[in-house]
Amino acid sequence: MMGLLLRRELRLAARRPIDAGLPVAFLLLAACLFPLGLGPEPEQLRRMAPGVMWVLALLASLLSLHSLYASDAQDGSLDQLLLPPHSAWRLAAVKALAHWLTQALPLLLATPLLGLMYGMQADRLGLLMLSLLLGTPTLSLLGNLAAALTLGLRNGALLNLLIVLPLAVPTLIFGCGAVGALEAGLPFDGHLSLLTALLIGGLLAFPLATAAALRIALI
Amino acid sequence: MAAPLLEAKALCCERGQSALFQNLSLSLRAGDCVWLRGANGCGKTTLLRTLAGLRVAEQGQVQRRAALRYIGHANGLKDELDLLEGLRFAALWAGLPADEASLSSALAYFELLPLRRRSARNLSQGQRRRAALAALALPQAGHCWLLDEPFDALDERGLALLIGLIQSHAASGGAILFTSHQPVPGLAAQTLQLDGVLP
Repeated sequence: MMGLLLRRELRLAARRPIDAGLPVAFLLLAACLFPLGLGPEPEQLRRMAPGVMWVLALLASLLSLHSLYASDAQDGSLDQLLLPPHSAWRLAAVKALAHWLTQALPLLLATPLLGLMYGMQADRLGLLMLSLLLGTPTLSLLGNLAAALTLGLRNGALLNLLIVLPLAVPTLIFGCGAVGALEAGLPFDGHLSLLTALLIGGLLAFPLATAAALRIALI
Repeated sequence: MAAPLLEAKALCCERGQSALFQNLSLSLRAGDCVWLRGANGCGKTTLLRTLAGLRVAEQGQVQRRAALRYIGHANGLKDELDLLEGLRFAALWAGLPADEASLSSALAYFELLPLRRRSARNLSQGQRRRAALAALALPQAGHCWLLDEPFDALDERGLALLIGLIQSHAASGGAILFTSHQPVPGLAAQTLQLDGVLP
């Protein structure tokens, strides 16, 4: 059943290719603004690159959150998806996975391009990608919860941001910190372990919380 | 007598602090076809959603012994999918037969076969309603149907088709609970008046 649902989500995403391209376009454009605003000094850009990428990846993955459940709720398919015996937490888990595959993975694939643009060295770029690979699923799970909490609210899109941004801080700190530690010649595996721990904790907690939020929203 | 397909005992539901209905008990047995009546806002949709398991009753319990099919106000069609894809997913999701022959004959029953490759976006309101109802035309003897205003937006032909489907479903051992603002001519149904149970 979960495979069936995932195929449906991916098929729906494939029918809306522009939606999948928008976060990447946002990432590329916003990343071009930083050198314009802060000056094109290579050393400074190289130092800032991990932080810029992480913040932009966070913001870009938030762009599409609002429609995650809202469109399904509007056309009535959310009711069908939640009819017994189907469980809401499985739906939440699949939605988060689909969100990561369609929204975060393209960002991840665009990162090397931006890394080159900012003059990052290969080892730092590799570590940045690894930290994004471990961190973005947590952001997708978190965003999923926010989307379910704000389902049916009038200014849900803005509330999503306000819910997700503070809760994403740990992921952001350890994600950027990994590359910073490598830069400073310090061991960075602790940061990666903490990112993984956040991901595991998120996998255990967020789908259940999302399921509870969906049940409340449907009443 | 066989156990009811769906049974609700001492159901109480509230909507924004005020009670919609209290101590409502009902049972749907094989062959039952019940018209749920009541004024606007008296809780028909809330009752159907509670019976379907989409919301939890404030008090009381619901026992479901048969598979449920719930069709709400909204049709549950995705604009991005064509009718055949949408119906195939609905059938697989509900555990109904999803082979091409069953899907085609369900679409054909509601005269949608020529539109099967059309996406839901390009359909009229009545055609969308028919597409949502097409899942009922898949083989599913003995299931329990909860239909919220199923006759909305249907033309005369669609009305006749749906009435025929409901009658044959009841005859084959299923149960139907539906709401409708207008009496449905030609459909013999028991009546459940909802506002009668208000204190």
